[in-house]
Formats: sequence, structure tokens, C-alpha cells
Amino acid sequence: MTTYSDKIKEISKRLLKEGKVDLVIGFRKGSVPLMNQPMFAKNEGDVDSFVWDSNCGINLANYVTDRSEKIGIVAKGCDSRNLVVHIIENKIKRDQLHIIGVPCKAMVDRHKIAAMMPGEIESIEENEADGTLTVTGSGFSETLNKAGVLQENCALCMHRNPVLYDELIAEEVTEQNPEEVDQYAAVREVENMAPEEKWAYFDSLFSECIRCYACRNACPLCYCPTCFVDESKPQWVGKSVDPADVRTFHFLRAYHCAGRCTDCGACVRSCPVGINVRALTKKLEKDCLENFDWKSGLTLDKRPPLDTFRPDDPEEFIK
Amino acid sequence: MKVIKIDKSEFNAGLEKLENAYRLFGPVKEQSYYAFKALDAGEKPDLEYTNTRLSAKSLLYPQSEVLFEYSLDKSDADYAILKEPEKDYSPRAVIGIRPCDADAFAVVRRNFETPEYQDTYWLKNYDATTLVGLACDNPVPTCFCTSAGSGPFNEANLDVLLVDTGDAYLARVLTEKGEKLADSAGWTKPADQSEEDVSKRRSEAESKIKSRVNTENLKDQALTSLYDADAAIWEKEAFSCINCGTCTYACPTCWCFDVQDENYGKSGVRIRNWDSCMYPLFSVHASGHNPRGQKLARIRQRFMHKLKYYVDKYDKGIQCTGCGRCVRMCPVNIDIRRVCNQMNSYDPESCSCAVTS
Repeated sequence: MTTYSDKIKEISKRLLKEGKVDLVIGFRKGSVPLMNQPMFAKNEGDVDSFVWDSNCGINLANYVTDRSEKIGIVAKGCDSRNLVVHIIENKIKRDQLHIIGVPCKAMVDRHKIAAMMPGEIESIEENEADGTLTVTGSGFSETLNKAGVLQENCALCMHRNPVLYDELIAEEVTEQNPEEVDQYAAVREVENMAPEEKWAYFDSLFSECIRCYACRNACPLCYCPTCFVDESKPQWVGKSVDPADVRTFHFLRAYHCAGRCTDCGACVRSCPVGINVRALTKKLEKDCLENFDWKSGLTLDKRPPLDTFRPDDPEEFIK
Repeated sequence: MKVIKIDKSEFNAGLEKLENAYRLFGPVKEQSYYAFKALDAGEKPDLEYTNTRLSAKSLLYPQSEVLFEYSLDKSDADYAILKEPEKDYSPRAVIGIRPCDADAFAVVRRNFETPEYQDTYWLKNYDATTLVGLACDNPVPTCFCTSAGSGPFNEANLDVLLVDTGDAYLARVLTEKGEKLADSAGWTKPADQSEEDVSKRRSEAESKIKSRVNTENLKDQALTSLYDADAAIWEKEAFSCINCGTCTYACPTCWCFDVQDENYGKSGVRIRNWDSCMYPLFSVHASGHNPRGQKLARIRQRFMHKLKYYVDKYDKGIQCTGCGRCVRMCPVNIDIRRVCNQMNSYDPESCSCAVTS
């Protein structure tokens, strides 16, 4: 991805030099394998730290919320969709942004790769030409097919190219064929469970949760000044690790994302204990598609179905 | 100090004897990671582990702990009386804790046992616990214990240190509690010529730790100049922070908690939960004012507490034992080693510090 990184640096330098933006938001190489760190650059010197590879899974739209500067932002497909959502929801103005679009070649699943290796990973080399990753640690070195270790949301992604941008850093990538990707296999599996099976599934899904709120805080949609779990007058949710409270947090948060979630996977990526938080949001994405023919973050011209009212709504109860 | 040789073939038999006198805790593999848990009868700790995903903190200090129960039912004899629930403070032993995690208990104790304040819940658990450490032969790249006041063979806060020598453990019995445990397990065979072997293994393990923090200047740095180092340190480090509680919950030395009353109909509990200085709610006042309203102030608090306030207050090094969990688990790769080195090398005159990766 050297060309991607170089191009990002080149564009960022130009934007800063020309004074088109006050800062550029991107990634720098992480201090541990499979991790990159979001950073901002305000001068050309900082720009040299920018990097792009398969570990840029954090959604950078999360870093522009309510900012007042002119911002250059490096955005892959899902980040650009969340920028659309942000603009629609008045969390940033379109003319504040210079979107440096990255045709995305998908991100790798850090939890999955770590779990596959026989020991501690020390370094990862990405070979873009043949689509492999060489993972090295003490006493082992394994070559993996990148396609086999993608974040699940990336494997299902239909919008790898940015949907909104000011310039692209490279030619667009070929999007996946919707006929060939079964978006909702995992959701259907849960839908088809018997009630008690479903209960057991959700029970185990959240059993590891330590309530650190990384999923919520990595999510660009979760920008409420005070989250419902943090309200104290009244207090809606208990704060212990009681399973009822843990589940209440996850279910309610997911519902707040309905019709807004772009399936960027930042929640799952950021979870320190690897909970598949997307199990909830993917179901809501499916419901929004089936009920409202809606996919979020694709256009600035339409309001999301759950924040609009139409007098000709087909549902009787709403009239 | 006694050194005992325990053949691995006899180790489990010793643990079985211990079950009569202690509740046993140890590392157990769960799916793809290790966790400390209470061992069931006959269950054995898996000592082939590197370290547990979360620290051993919760063994003495559960994430949620009931302090009192109460009844709001007037017909109840105990109406409106706060009652402490029955808790088990019988002897327990943690088998195979890493020295970094054991050292973390010493750090926490400095805060939980002071002349002004004794945290009875934590102290009762601590007093009931015998710590059987497992020397760390294979530290990982995120380990930096040797420069954080601990070490892969550190004995400072252990009752027994087990050193794996292949087909046997050398058990270094360090305290009275440790002796009692060794006796209960029937581990009595003295080891001969062990010192040389142990010190060789110790040096080998220490030499594998390549990662370090520089802390020598922290005490002499002016507190206010570090606090005010926004442009040089805090703005950059705070930018990526999403203000989740991962680092604080993963940390074996983060001790902050929040107290909550939870009512269920006519009864309720007072409960304490781990809290995190990364959360805005942590410092919000009843008036609504929040002295740490911005994330820069919160991330500064976490690092200033660990690497400056604690250093100044206790003069016992940093509030960190170098286990590296926060480095591994931070969703956005904020690295305490990098922050520590910046704080250590900060020069207020030039407003700069050495940035290491």
C-alpha cells in the first residue's frame, strides 16, 4: 500500500500548503501489529507519519463530530458513508470537509488473526501483489491469504469506493457482485432460532462484555452529549456487570443506530474482548432494507426513514 | 528462603491436597484467551499460558461488588438496616500469577491501605490470599516490566515463586504464607544448586524484554509544566482517544470505583463498580459542572496519575508494572510507553519531547 500512503501524504501536504484545510485526519503506523492510530496533521512535517494498509479499520468520521475547522479527512468507503450521515444529521458541514477518498481494499480482522496464531504476533508484512500477509512471531511465521481473514463487514461490503469525496487517491476498485455475497446469512441464522436458542445466543454473545463502551465510543453515530447509560436523572440502566444491564445497553444502543449504521465494523474492531456487536446492527440494517428499501449513508438528498414523517405513510398507526 | 523442587508429575497431587485448605484460583483457557477463575474441584490451572487477557485485579477487587443489602419493606424485621452480605474470606491461593500482576497488588495496596483509609473489602481478600507466582520465561513484545519496577522473575509481592525447569518447578518459598501453603501441599523436597539455574533463567527472560519506559526524570519534572504540555503531548495523544474504559479496566493497577444503589421493588443493594477516569461521568459534579469536560483533560489525568502524581506521592516508581495490557487492548493504539517517554523527556523550555514509537 505504499502508493496509497504516498498519495495520501502528497495530497495532505498540498491541502495544508495551499491553506485549503486546517488539519488532515488520517492514520499513523501503530506501535503494535494489526493496529494503526488515528492522528491529525497540521503541518507538512506531521504528514510524513500518514500510512495506509489493511489495519485502518477505525472509522475516521468519528473524529470530525462537531469540529469547527476546515478538515481534510482520509476516508474509505464506510467512512465516507458515515460522513454522509454526519452531514445529514448536522454534525459537520459539507463545505468544512475536503474528503480524500480511499478506494478500500478491505481491512483485516485483528481478533481473528491473533486467535489463529500459535503465539504472540511480533510483526506483519503485507504483500499486496499476491494478496497475502506474512505473520511472524516467536517461533512461527505463517503466510495467510488476506481474503480469508477480512473483517466480516469488509467481506460483505458493497461500497468499498467512497460515495462522497473531493478527490480519490487511486482508481476505483471493483465492487463486489451483490449476487455473490450473501449479506444476511448470519442474521437469518439467528432469526431462525427458537426463542430459547435465541436467548442462549444473546446470553453468550454479551457474556464477555466489560462495559468499557469502546463499541459505543468508536461508533460515529454515538455522539449524544450524554448517552442514556450515563443518565442519572432518571437512571435508565444499572451500572454493574449484571447481564440484564449489559444487554439493555447493547440492545438500546443498536436500536439508536437503526437506519444510520453503515456496517463499518468499528464497534467490533474496537471491542477489547472481541464481541460481535454487529450481530445486532446487521439485523437492523436488514430490517431497514426490507421495510424502507433503505441503506444508510449513500445520499445527501434523502432523510433516513426513522427521522422523517410523511403524511402519505402507508402504515395506518402513524397517521 | 527455602527452595523446594516439585516434580511436575507430583504437582497436581499437591494442588489436590491444597483444595482442602484453600479455594484455588488460576489461569484457564477460555476459547482463544486465558482468564483467571475460581477452579472447580479437580480443575487444574493451565500454566502453559503467557498471560491472561484481563489482569488478576478482579480476584481481589471484582468489577461489581455488593457492599450492603437493604429492605424497604416496613413489615420486615430488618427494615431500613444496611446489612453486609455474607462473603467468603476463607484462605485462597492464586496458582500461577505472573510477577507483574502480583506487583500490581502492591501498587494498589498503597492506595487501599493508608493511615487515613483502609479498604476493608480489598484488604480482607488480600489477607486471605496466598500468591503462588509463575516466573515468566517467554515475555511478549508489549511487556516492559523490567523498566516499570517489576520483572519476569520478580519476587517482591509473591509468597511463592515457581520457576519452570522443564520437568520440575523450583518453588522459592518467600513468606510465611508461602511456607504454610507448601506444607499443605506436601511440597517439601529441598532443591540443591538451584540459585545458579534460577539466575540464568532470570537473565535469559530479562534479556527477551526489548521494550522499556524511561522514568528517571519523572519525579524531577515540574508537575505544572507536564500538566500544561498540551501542544507537545496531550493534544496529540488525546486526539485518537475515544474515551472508552478499556485501558483502565484492563489495567491491574487502576483502582477507581463508583458506588451505586440499586433498588428492586422493596429491596436493594449498595454496589461498587469499577469506574474509569476516561468517562466524562467520572468527574461530573452534582451542579452539572465537569472539571474534566474535555477528553484532553481526561487522558491527561490518566497518564499524570500513573506517571506523575503517584510518583510524587509515594516515591515508589510509577503506577504501572509493565504488563502491557493497555497497549495491546487500546482500540486506537494509545501506547503508555510512548506517553511515558514523552513525559520523561519533556523539555518545557523548548516545549518538546522525544517521540518514540
